[in-house]
Amino acid sequence: MDLLNDFSPGLFIMQAVILLILIILMRKFAWKPILDAVSSREEGIKDALASAEAAKKEMQNLQADNERILQEARAERDGILKDARELKTSMIAEAKAEAQAEADKVVSQAQTQIQNEKKAAMADLKKQVASLSVEIAEKVVRNELTNKNKQLELVESMLGDVVLN
Amino acid sequence: MNIFKKIRKASILFFFSLTVAFGYANSFSDTAGNVQGNPIDTNEEIRDYISHHLQDSHDFTLFTNGKTGKHVGFPLPVIIFDEGFKFFMSSKFHHGTAVAESGGSYYKIYHGKIYKTNAQGDLTLDAHEHPTNKRPLDLSITKSVLGMLLVGLIMILLFSSLAKGYKKNAVPTGLSGILEPLVLYVRDEIAAPNIGPKYRKYMGFLLTVFFFIWISNLLGLTPLGFNITGQIAVTVCLALFTFIIVQFSGNKEYWKHIFWMPGVPVPMKIILMPIEILGMLTKPFSLLIRLFANITAGHFVVMSLIALTITMKAAFGPIAATGTSLILSLFITVIELLVAFLQAFIFTMLSALFIGMAVEEHH
Repeated sequence: MDLLNDFSPGLFIMQAVILLILIILMRKFAWKPILDAVSSREEGIKDALASAEAAKKEMQNLQADNERILQEARAERDGILKDARELKTSMIAEAKAEAQAEADKVVSQAQTQIQNEKKAAMADLKKQVASLSVEIAEKVVRNELTNKNKQLELVESMLGDVVLN
Repeated sequence: MNIFKKIRKASILFFFSLTVAFGYANSFSDTAGNVQGNPIDTNEEIRDYISHHLQDSHDFTLFTNGKTGKHVGFPLPVIIFDEGFKFFMSSKFHHGTAVAESGGSYYKIYHGKIYKTNAQGDLTLDAHEHPTNKRPLDLSITKSVLGMLLVGLIMILLFSSLAKGYKKNAVPTGLSGILEPLVLYVRDEIAAPNIGPKYRKYMGFLLTVFFFIWISNLLGLTPLGFNITGQIAVTVCLALFTFIIVQFSGNKEYWKHIFWMPGVPVPMKIILMPIEILGMLTKPFSLLIRLFANITAGHFVVMSLIALTITMKAAFGPIAATGTSLILSLFITVIELLVAFLQAFIFTMLSALFIGMAVEEHH
């Protein structure tokens, strides 16, 4: 083996030229498009993963939102039901109270009327008593003029006729 | 990992079928400078044959009929720069036996190299058996150059189809589905961790060199007999590219570490300077020697083991010799498949590491 003698300058030049041309050609037609395509694909994969992660998070948020809304709706429904129940009881109570008041009023009116009737009756009676008294007095006066005894008798009998209630 | 298993399986099947079908039967009929119809059967001839294979060649010879001395293959164009460009086909040399004439000058091939001679083709040898004749600049399409062109063509076809595939579908399928992980492997395991955030700029060089070396190494395992990365000129060129890229990428800190190492006393700075400058050169030197030596050794070992079928025939008989040779060379070829990938990986990895050291930001 004689390395220096084996070294062929011509082969060296040919190799240099071929390698240079090959590097330029491969760069332009192979390595650049391949590496660009691969790195854009890798970017794409990264983006897709990130957006999937984001979508997942959003989904979770959405689910949480749904849960919250559902809970709110449930609470609202409960509130409405409770209100309705309260309204019902209050309405019943009100109606009862009103009816009671009405009844009381009717009764009291009836009583006043009775009182009034009674008063009128009493007044009437008093009037009759008065006129009767006047009549009696007239008769007594007349009788007195005649007989004292008879007068007394008359008063007595007349008083006996009058029934005071 | 699955993809690597697939590739390994496919390539093992492919190369073994080729090796067994053609290589085994024929590889030792090729004769180098031995055309008298004499089959290669001595240790000396086998050694010559192997060293001939390890060298570049101006012919593309598939095999040779040892009895008749007939070569099966095709000649390659010879381009010489010697007072102007000269073109002719290598068939003019008649496999090194004839003197080729072109433009009034005469040339002869001696051990795979073209020398300028007189009309009779006389070569004057020095004490080391090297011709003292002038060597013109030989820009021929030799077997290795043909191999490089083939590798380049394979790369362009494979990877431009992968690149086009992305226009239709973001996820490649079929063959591209195997190629994409390899590209990503170079990016994620070699370039990005060693160079850092600026790695994108160097991907063109690193990917090209990685696949060039790997495919060249694999092509060397086929019985076509290419030995591209086993040529010292090729590995020198590859390492020189790394060297140039490293020096041009070097930032202020990189040069400061070489010429005026921070954080050490002044006398140490002066001592370290030449060591660091030497280190600048030894890095690419280790790259070129490692690749060259691994591939050369691999070819040498595989061919020597195949040659056992001849060298051991006398001692063990033809069946035992062939069987031993088959088992051992199969075993080593499997290792060579691994080495083919490993050397491409190491070369690219260390290139990335050196670039990373040059562009590193110190805080």
